[in-house]
Amino acid sequence: MTGVPLSAYLVLALVLFCIGLYGALTKRNAVIVLISIELMLNAANINLVAFSKLGVTPSITGQVFSLFTITIAAAEAAVGLAILMSLYRNRKTVNVDEMDIMKH
Amino acid sequence: MMENAWLIPIFPLVTFLVLLLSGGRLRERGAYIGIICTLASFILSLLVLMERFKEPTYKITIDWLSIGGTQLKAGFEINQLNALMLVIVSLVSLLVQLYSKGYMKGEERFSTFYAYLGFFTFAMLGLVMAPNLLQLYFFWELVGVGSFLLIGFYYYKQEAKNAAKKAFIMTRIGDVGLLVGIILLFWGTGSFEYGEIFQAVQSGVISNEGLTLIAILIFIGAVGKSGQFPLHSWLPDAMEGPTPVSALIHAATMVAAGVYLVATMFPLFLASSAAMQVVAITGGFTAIFAASIALVQKDVKRVLAYSTVSQLGFMMLALGTAGYVAGVFHLMTHAFFKALLFLAAGSVIHAIHTQDIEKMGGLWGKLNWTGPLFLTGTLAISGFPLLSGFFSKDEILMAAWENGNYLLFALAVITSFLTAFYMFRLFFMIFTGESRSQVKQVKESPSIMLLPMLVLAFLAVISGYVQTPWFGTFLGEWLMEGNETLLGGNSHSEGPVWIMVMAVLVSLAGIFLAYMIYAKKKLPRSWLVQENNEFYRVLDNKYYIDEIYHFTVGYAIKGLSLFLSYIERFIVGGVVSTVTISIEGLGKIGSKLQTGQVQRYGMIAFLGLAVLLVIFAVTGGYLR
Repeated sequence: MTGVPLSAYLVLALVLFCIGLYGALTKRNAVIVLISIELMLNAANINLVAFSKLGVTPSITGQVFSLFTITIAAAEAAVGLAILMSLYRNRKTVNVDEMDIMKH
Repeated sequence: MMENAWLIPIFPLVTFLVLLLSGGRLRERGAYIGIICTLASFILSLLVLMERFKEPTYKITIDWLSIGGTQLKAGFEINQLNALMLVIVSLVSLLVQLYSKGYMKGEERFSTFYAYLGFFTFAMLGLVMAPNLLQLYFFWELVGVGSFLLIGFYYYKQEAKNAAKKAFIMTRIGDVGLLVGIILLFWGTGSFEYGEIFQAVQSGVISNEGLTLIAILIFIGAVGKSGQFPLHSWLPDAMEGPTPVSALIHAATMVAAGVYLVATMFPLFLASSAAMQVVAITGGFTAIFAASIALVQKDVKRVLAYSTVSQLGFMMLALGTAGYVAGVFHLMTHAFFKALLFLAAGSVIHAIHTQDIEKMGGLWGKLNWTGPLFLTGTLAISGFPLLSGFFSKDEILMAAWENGNYLLFALAVITSFLTAFYMFRLFFMIFTGESRSQVKQVKESPSIMLLPMLVLAFLAVISGYVQTPWFGTFLGEWLMEGNETLLGGNSHSEGPVWIMVMAVLVSLAGIFLAYMIYAKKKLPRSWLVQENNEFYRVLDNKYYIDEIYHFTVGYAIKGLSLFLSYIERFIVGGVVSTVTISIEGLGKIGSKLQTGQVQRYGMIAFLGLAVLLVIFAVTGGYLR
């Protein structure tokens, strides 16, 4: 149909994933970290959809799968933000470096 | 009845368990439980013995373990010797428990005492019923534990504690010999069962040297338990235990276990003349050796202890000269009269609170029952005509004569002279002459203590008549029945008549000499030997055996232990602490890694994944 090849999607997903990973591992603001994690999840979704359309055996399964992933990502984001809210209320900070109480 | 014989040791075990669990509440009533249970055991044993007269040997075993192709069995066996031993053990135990009810009155750990007595009786009955060597060994050790507990009953006394340890360790030395012997026997014949072992021995599976070695090793076990030279020195020290215990364990039952062992394994010993020689010589030497020590001891219980050692030597001498019947016969009569003597001595001690015969004297008129009872026992052990000891000692002398071992025969004759002498020395010192006691009011013991002594005195008088030259050799024939080939087939030892006459004369001479010195005082006490004489001092110090052990074995073991403790401390300890320190360091490094920084964790996980991917890419997914 169109001339966009599979590799272009995969490269896009790779770039997105790396940006997300970088953000998740280096940013100090917990909100940015959560956003970065969403980014990584969406990179995976792009892969799923791309393979579902252009893979060796195209089928609808990949798209269904990505729907599930989106749902779970939404739930995870909700929980993550809720934890973040209560942490902020208790500690007055969203700095990831300072959140090391689980060490003990 | 015989199929229910397994109940016999169970009753005392019940006593032990009940008193252990609820002894604190029962206190002195615990004695009734002990007495009733032991009475049940005794009645059962008696019924079993009665039935054994008519019926053949009963044996039942079940498979207990199977290792490879070998079946280890457990069960019980009632043959002549077992049935006889069951009655002796349960009877003496019953009488001792009756006696203890009076003797131990007011003792704080009264019920514990009865619990221990029950435990010991259980072990001893189990020992004599065992159908194979393995089971015998288990109960052999349990008997040792029972003895340990009872000797150390007054554990707050340092001497009692030491004596208990000494008894346990010295008998243990013998037990090692027994264990090695059993293992070698199993190795050679592939069985623990008596019957199979004897068959294998007779068919010549084991070489002659091997048989001698095994028999001697098993005899070492008997040496330890029966207080034979050179492992005898624990037995006199064991007198630190309560006197009823001495009567039960160190006169009638446990020390007889060694003799029982040799008697049980008799076909094995018969197969090796060298082993028989060892048994006979050890027995003969121990008999005269211990008798000579008994001549000068001043503690009434110690004299009796050395007398026990000496009499056990007699039994070994009898067994070693192929006098199976004589040995077992003397074992039986000795159990009765020696238990009687110990109980009577306990009654004396109970009355005047000392064991030193120098502080006794003149008690004949004051202890109207104990005196004659003690005299009965003394006459019986001295071999006074027509009492039980006379017949059994005669049988032993005959056996030694018949065997042609005249040196041992002479030793036995001298020993019986010494026996008569020291026993009557003891008797006259306690019961005649001036009172040298601090206690003015001497009270006779209560009837609960006198009753058992009366029973024993009765048996000490009549038990000899089961095997006499005149009224038939009932015991011998019964013991031999069906075992003629195994036991040498000698139901009675024949010898010239002058032996019996001489035995009587010798014991009368001993009695007379003691009478002249200690009762009539016609001869001064220094007539035989001066108190400060070298020879006297050697005897008084028991030939310095304990000192010799202390300076040789004791120091050798101490040196070795010191050496080993340094190895332990520096070499083993060094290795151990190196390991612990390195593990600890590793743990510290690991704990530093846990910072709580979730991003660092993520980084590490990512790097790990990256490394894995690189490896995957390089090797193509296969680690070679």
